[in-house]
Amino acid sequence: MAKRTNRISYIVVLLIGIGLTLVAFRHFVSGVPFLPGASHVMWDVEAKIQFTATDGPVQATFTLPNEHAQYVRVKERTASPGYGLRFIDDEQPRKAEWSIREAKGKQTLYYLTELKVAPNEDSPLPVPPKVDKPRYLGSVASAAGAVLNNALNQSIDTPSLARELIKSFLKPGEQAQLLLQEAKVSQRVVELLMQAEVPAREIDVLLLEDGARQQALRTWIQVFDNNQAYVFDPSGKIQPEKADWLIWEQNGGAVLDLMGGQGATIGFSMMKKRVPVIASLREPEHQPGLLDASIHSLPLSEQTLFKGILLVPVGVMIVVFMRILVGLKTSGTFMPVLIALAFMQTSLITGLVGFLSIIGVGLFLRSYLSQHNLLLVSRIAVVIISVVLIMALFSVLSFRFGLSEGLKLTLFPMIILSWTIERMSILWEEEGPKEVMRQGGGSLFVAILAYLAMSNSWVQHMTFQFLGLQFIFMAITIACGRYTGYRLLELKRFRNFIGQP
Amino acid sequence: MWNPIEAYRIYRGLAAKGILGMNCRNADFIGPYNKRHLYPLVDDKLKTKELALKANVNVPQLLGVIREQHDIATVSDLLPPSEGFCIKPAQGSGGKGILVVFPSENGGWQRTDGRPVTLPEIERHLSNILAGIFSLGGKSDVAIVESLIILDPVFNGFTHEGVPDLRIIIFRGFPVMAMMRLACHASKGKANLHQGAVGVGIDIITGQAVNAVQFGQPVTHHPDTQFRLKDLQVPQWPEMLELACRCYDMTGLGYIGVDIVLDKHRGPLLLELNARPGLAIQVANNAGLLPRLRIAEELDNNGSPAERIALISKTFTGHL
Repeated sequence: MAKRTNRISYIVVLLIGIGLTLVAFRHFVSGVPFLPGASHVMWDVEAKIQFTATDGPVQATFTLPNEHAQYVRVKERTASPGYGLRFIDDEQPRKAEWSIREAKGKQTLYYLTELKVAPNEDSPLPVPPKVDKPRYLGSVASAAGAVLNNALNQSIDTPSLARELIKSFLKPGEQAQLLLQEAKVSQRVVELLMQAEVPAREIDVLLLEDGARQQALRTWIQVFDNNQAYVFDPSGKIQPEKADWLIWEQNGGAVLDLMGGQGATIGFSMMKKRVPVIASLREPEHQPGLLDASIHSLPLSEQTLFKGILLVPVGVMIVVFMRILVGLKTSGTFMPVLIALAFMQTSLITGLVGFLSIIGVGLFLRSYLSQHNLLLVSRIAVVIISVVLIMALFSVLSFRFGLSEGLKLTLFPMIILSWTIERMSILWEEEGPKEVMRQGGGSLFVAILAYLAMSNSWVQHMTFQFLGLQFIFMAITIACGRYTGYRLLELKRFRNFIGQP
Repeated sequence: MWNPIEAYRIYRGLAAKGILGMNCRNADFIGPYNKRHLYPLVDDKLKTKELALKANVNVPQLLGVIREQHDIATVSDLLPPSEGFCIKPAQGSGGKGILVVFPSENGGWQRTDGRPVTLPEIERHLSNILAGIFSLGGKSDVAIVESLIILDPVFNGFTHEGVPDLRIIIFRGFPVMAMMRLACHASKGKANLHQGAVGVGIDIITGQAVNAVQFGQPVTHHPDTQFRLKDLQVPQWPEMLELACRCYDMTGLGYIGVDIVLDKHRGPLLLELNARPGLAIQVANNAGLLPRLRIAEELDNNGSPAERIALISKTFTGHL
């Protein structure tokens, strides 16, 4: 005896171990969250390139956004009728190259990408440019020196130097105005930073604003200090640390290289969206490996089927608890689970009302039939036929009264209904109505509990996403099978053995 | 009960008293000691009867068996002309479908309550039994015709209507606990505790009443006759124990409830066996089964029924 119990407890521990391992793998390695509502922030970014083709071959090379430390590219696609497309992946930055042999008139090319807001471990560290001190002549040289000295005096480190330089160009003094006559703010700031031996460069940044359309890239400044990169908006309007933005191009090249066209414009549109983590897991790049084999590699229709099947163990476990630990009587061991599954199809109230009324009418018919001493097989057959008729009647009646809910009754598995009626009426004859109420009520109570558990979205999420849980369910039911203690209701039954305290 | 501290106290109290719970009964006793393929021997009263006859265990006299609908016409040949008889379904449950018939003064038959019974009514009852009306799950069944048990006058005053029966739990061939079920007015002549019969716990060694309950509450006197239940001493106790013990050898089932009745002329008779005997016997005895079962589990059960009874009496005398 003891030996058998021991072996069972090894099996239970083993099953729990397997289950927990699988759950942990799904969670930590495959990244499936424990909560169904967990979601990612995603940005849909669309670049629309328009130009006029000059009657001949066209080649458009478009720089694609660099892998950014804060964004992971989930997918990308292009729309460009008639054009051949090639992604140039092997050099930095990545580029998309459209080409066509003959094009005429206005051309539109689209590039769409979906970015997930998440730390990107694959993104290369930005490489600081070589310091290339500009050489100025005459008045420009002295103006530059004055602006730089002024900024150097008021700054303590590299970032504050960059900030001071930008500030001096925002409300330009005489010297600063002189500098701006021949170049843009960003260019001058970069030059002056270089002058101070600070690596810096201009970058093309896309500001991410939800719902924004036809945006242009902005030129910002990237400043390096001890391998740290800082980003500044030379117009001073946007504080980069408070906004969402994306570096589109940072190597000083052109964003678009067009041959055979003119008047090119690039407009960016973008949209922010929240995507459930589960949805993003279905993307092709998340195809499960062997260890991660799961229901999710099945076709979608089979997945939905399994979603229901995987819930059955939850209901079954509730029956086990109710019968072994509580001691409730149910008619038919796992019939409550079947009833609960039917409730899942119909919703609880409709299901309950329909179930009770069909069973009631069925029991009435059955008791009439039993007076005529029919043989068992034909008795059950008659019950099934009458259930069909009752269902038809109820559906028609509820439709007439405009209750579309009533139509859902047809979702009740007929066999469950007939069988319940048959069992209940036998019980009625053998043990009387009290026992029918007791067992029927017990079954219904357990069915409602099972329904509540099985319709819970968290339970659905967990059972569907974590197959490992099934092993844990199995371990729990095995452990329950070796539970030889008292049932809750036995405490009530036998409490007279124990006096009051 | 819903107060966890109170529930825990009751739980510990029951465990300390050694009360056997349903889970423990199923997992530790019925599961390991009752082989499933032996169940039909006790679930079918006809099989039990045939087995008992082979093993020389006394049973109520079998007048005949009706197996097919066309045999029903021959039933009148089976029925004794001047004695009562009883018709029961072989696989009936909970005493359903049992028809008890007495000869009436005008030469016909009557029921227990005096209403007359005609042959066509008996035939219809038989037809119902064969169709499976009374058997569990509506399986088709056979009908057994038995002669009636004559109530031993010893029990006069201890029963209102119906025959009192004795339930003995036999574990591995050892008698471990016994109770007498006395029908009374509240139970409508039925000997089922949950229907209101009085359960009297019986000392397994002496056959003397130790405790009595009705509807789960202690009682001291029979509710209808007002006889003191403590005075109940089961007659022919050693024979009863031996009869019960022999049922283990005859069926091979390790954990059974043996139901015995006492016939005025024929002595103790085996009425039926139960492979899943209930737990209410503990309430009637105000004692837990578990300590006794644990003791009996360790004993050597290779002896004859008489040797086993002697062994368990010796072992229990110190413990109980």
